[in-house]
Amino acid sequence: MFQANSHTRNKQRAEQAARAALFLMTLLMVVPLLLIVGYLFYEAWPILSFDFLITNPRNGMRAGGIWAPLLGTVYMVVISLLIATPIGVLAAVFLNEYARATWFTRVINLAVVNLAGVPSIVHALFGLGAFVLFAHLGKSIIAASLTLAIMTLPVIIASTREALASVPMPFREACWNVGATRWQTIRHVVLPNSISGILTGVILQVSRAAGETAPIMFTGAVFFKAIREGDIFAYHPFDQAMALSMHLFTISTQVPDVPKALPYGTAVVLVGTVLAVNAIAIAVRVRLRSRRKW
Amino acid sequence: MTKIVKRPGWEILAETAVEHLIRLCGVSSILFVFGIFFFVFREGSHFLFHGFRPGEFFFSQEWYPTSQSHVRYGVLALIAGTASVTVLAMALAVPFGIGAAVFVSEFCGTRAKETLKVVIELLAAIPSVVWGFIGLTVMNPLIIRWFHTPIGLNVLNGGVILALMSVPIIVSIGEDALKAVPDSYREAAIALGVTRWQLIYRVLLPAAKNGLLAAVLLGVGRAVGETMAVLMATGHAVKIPTSLMDSVRTLTATIAAELGEAPVHSDHYQVLFIIGILLFSITFAVNLTADLIVRGVRGK
Repeated sequence: MFQANSHTRNKQRAEQAARAALFLMTLLMVVPLLLIVGYLFYEAWPILSFDFLITNPRNGMRAGGIWAPLLGTVYMVVISLLIATPIGVLAAVFLNEYARATWFTRVINLAVVNLAGVPSIVHALFGLGAFVLFAHLGKSIIAASLTLAIMTLPVIIASTREALASVPMPFREACWNVGATRWQTIRHVVLPNSISGILTGVILQVSRAAGETAPIMFTGAVFFKAIREGDIFAYHPFDQAMALSMHLFTISTQVPDVPKALPYGTAVVLVGTVLAVNAIAIAVRVRLRSRRKW
Repeated sequence: MTKIVKRPGWEILAETAVEHLIRLCGVSSILFVFGIFFFVFREGSHFLFHGFRPGEFFFSQEWYPTSQSHVRYGVLALIAGTASVTVLAMALAVPFGIGAAVFVSEFCGTRAKETLKVVIELLAAIPSVVWGFIGLTVMNPLIIRWFHTPIGLNVLNGGVILALMSVPIIVSIGEDALKAVPDSYREAAIALGVTRWQLIYRVLLPAAKNGLLAAVLLGVGRAVGETMAVLMATGHAVKIPTSLMDSVRTLTATIAAELGEAPVHSDHYQVLFIIGILLFSITFAVNLTADLIVRGVRGK
């Protein structure tokens, strides 16, 4: 039999120690997520109900539910989605299918990276300067949605691009060989084969847009606005609106004497929505990846 | 005889139009980045060229934007605020983030790896306002109890929250960097009989150091630009912190807190836009550096 000498034993001990330490580090990253989400749910439990979702905040936001902010967030997210998706997908198509490896393409890539890195508050300043004041949209849902759309564009570009790049080159070559033009190839072969990645990007955009606060604070979100309960067309795109993320900020910092469960309930709805949307994105990705034929 | 089928003219026209649209969308990112700079600059430009004193702006700690007689726009304390929470956040997030990246990429089975990556993705998805809320309601009482300070909204609170927010980005990009190390490096090391830890410490980390550096820089970019979390978690004291228990105010939080009250096109309002230009420039430089480092790695 082999007998480990002291050198080998030291090596093995170092390996064990490293493994344990790194495992602990990973654990310390995962545990907070579970603790935090668990704690938020625990504190919010008494108030969570369907009524909480469909009643307006009342009594100076110290009672009632979250209908107005919830609907405002839905409006902003949907409109920003409608704006960002076509631009983002086409930009990714350009980068992956048309652009050659030139300095100009590099500049575009750099711009995408930087667009993703611009602080959210600077996006807010931009939205205020460009949409609210310069374009005379005023503080409105549409101005907030435009700001959110530009902010979340890189999310869609990145995941669409990845999806397009994973479509094998022979698919395109086969299509060109039967005489299809570039756009026909993209339209009928490349895009259908990368729909899962595009969908993932769109879903991630939704989750990002729903959670953002700073960009909408000065472009369209208001502290308080009561709307008709149960009417999903209660906002006009040129109205100002409440938003869930802004509402959480308001009732946890600006309004005194708010019952404790209220901000927790709002936070849970916000986190719950965002995490659920992300889980859907992950599920879509896993499912379509397993169905892929190449 | 072959019959040549011609496509109708409108179809060709439509196709040309679509291709032009694609090109336009392709360059849109450039337009947006320029647009952001242009419009933020435009709102702050009047004051920037009339009455703006760079010396006071960068080197004075006095931030009295609404004072009647003694108006001062010095952002040194705000820069110190941003720097203090960012440095603390990185001191916590870099070792943990890179440690976790190594663990995920080298010690995990496929299944555990997929699960951990999902958790990291979810961690990254939690909105910043919720992190701020956690800082306010969870961290604040804990800090008051553990450190016996009168207020728990301080550098420590903001730093920990920011660390939790930047860890996911460091882990996911760090993991990519480790994955990008050529297999031949690993094989050569394993053939020499190294343990896994020796492989990581002596081969992988040095080989992936540029990628890891880029991961850290992107984490810094995220921490510097973060707004809502630090607005809610760091307290509101415009001063240069001397300990972890001091409250501070960051550049981002100042804009978020004061823009609503500053009359449009007043000096105060324009100074907030100038702070925006400063933030834009900082994150631009950080992201550019990270990108150059990453490309340098790929170029090799």
